Amino acid sequence: MPRRPFLRAFVSPAALCAIAFVAAMAAVLQFSVRAYIPGSLDPGGFTLVNFAALLKPLYGRVFLDTVWICFITAVCTLVIGYPVAYALVRAKGAFLKSAMLIVVVTPLFLGEVVRTYSWIVVLGNNGFVNTVLLKLGMIERPLQLMFTSFGVVLALVHVTLPVMVIMLAAALSHIDPDYERAAESLGAGPIRAFLSVTLPLSTPGIVAGVTTAFAWTFSAFATPQLIGGGQVNMVSNLVYQLGFASFNFPFAASLSVVGLVLAFGMIALLRAGLRPLEAVGPQ
Amino acid sequence: MRKPRVSTWGGVAGAVVVAAILAFVLLPGFVVMIAAFNARAILSFPPESWSWRWFAKALAYDDFRAGFRNGLIVTGWASTIALLVGAAFAFVLDRYAFPLKRTIEGVLLAPLVIPHFTIGLGFLILAAELGATRGFAVVVACHVVLVLPFVLRSVYISLRSLDQRLELAAASLGAPPGRVLTTVTIPLLAPGLVSGWLFAAILSFNEFTASLFVTAQRTQTLPVAMYNYVREYADPSMAALSVMYIVATAIILIIANLFLGLGKVLNVEESR
Repeated sequence: MPRRPFLRAFVSPAALCAIAFVAAMAAVLQFSVRAYIPGSLDPGGFTLVNFAALLKPLYGRVFLDTVWICFITAVCTLVIGYPVAYALVRAKGAFLKSAMLIVVVTPLFLGEVVRTYSWIVVLGNNGFVNTVLLKLGMIERPLQLMFTSFGVVLALVHVTLPVMVIMLAAALSHIDPDYERAAESLGAGPIRAFLSVTLPLSTPGIVAGVTTAFAWTFSAFATPQLIGGGQVNMVSNLVYQLGFASFNFPFAASLSVVGLVLAFGMIALLRAGLRPLEAVGPQ
Repeated sequence: MRKPRVSTWGGVAGAVVVAAILAFVLLPGFVVMIAAFNARAILSFPPESWSWRWFAKALAYDDFRAGFRNGLIVTGWASTIALLVGAAFAFVLDRYAFPLKRTIEGVLLAPLVIPHFTIGLGFLILAAELGATRGFAVVVACHVVLVLPFVLRSVYISLRSLDQRLELAAASLGAPPGRVLTTVTIPLLAPGLVSGWLFAAILSFNEFTASLFVTAQRTQTLPVAMYNYVREYADPSMAALSVMYIVATAIILIIANLFLGLGKVLNVEESR
């Protein structure tokens, strides 16, 4: 009997998938340093011209906007996701718990297009918010909610919330409620017990949630495209435009590469920035 | 009896905050539902008359029908391949040490943090470089890579809680490794395998951004067809389709919750 049965047969398909993925990423990297030949889909010779072109203020603006939108979205999602995750973990009844979980998780599986479309129906000039406010006489003409960064961030928070709640709940569910009770029996109020016991213990979930929210928002395309409507552009929108409107795939590739470096850089910064949180705990 | 952990007023305030956030989560779905049953083409709240006509129109729209069929083809292949590849790899990941173990694992988990537009662009360029036509193969390959992390995670979690003594017992009674695998390990892993496949299927069916890059007119999946529709038309057919989507997804998740325990699958409750 072999000591490690199935090893080769079980690793090979996974290794093949890994190779395919690495090849796809290498293809992006390779295209990013090739010249664009207008009117042709084949790239030209090797060049750094694409990266030089990215130094234009237009692209700097898009990078800044993207990072800012991702950051705001991650923070807002954390703030509104935490109470939900806490309630989900500490809910008493099994039915209440399941119901909350289904409500929170369903949007995760709907995909970006359906959720973005729903927000168009909510935010549009003839949409839900405006018609209701007009009917109530609270506004005289429709508020401009579509094609604004407010609208984009609102929809992105909605898109990112489920994954944040899942990550926070995963961390919170591994904290024994007895710790909080112990703090209270030693005289801490519920707020102090939460701040000095539960919150610090949930730091791993906060770090995981915020970084994932950031990465997901960075990856969002349909939401900024449809709700931003060209007024709010993120890296994803520009990559798509360059690829499919001007067929400049080399430039699209270099933009993706810089975007990826930027996203990873920001995530590393976020992780470093969140580290002091762990020191909030009881001395 | 201990004193209540949170004072009553604090508890009420907390419940109100959580209810408000859940209302925010539910709001768009609720609004879309109203829009879908509105008889007029222009959105208005509340609708003056109700109708099913947008559902009929959505179901009859050719691009949606083709998108649904293409989506089933892509999802069927991608989730099944991802399940086989992912489950096999989770098994060796849990049991053995081998060269490049962490590297392969890292690469396969990377699609969780790499933007989907970058992955889509990569597979598009790769297919062009290899001279492959933009058929289903490239879409399926791209989806396999995208959903593999979820299968890996789901199967790995069930493997961790599997009692290996049962396998040893079967082996000591003379069962060869293949028999142990098919009669002991796989049946015990069934919930993890089913939930992994289910997640992979739902995510693949709804994947949009990467699909937008790798699909062509002939292979476009439902989310891509919906995106094109939203860009061109403003009638509530899309709202009707969204409602069908929301209802179908919620039903699948409720069933999954009954049989698999969503909380355990998502690792948000302590398994006892």
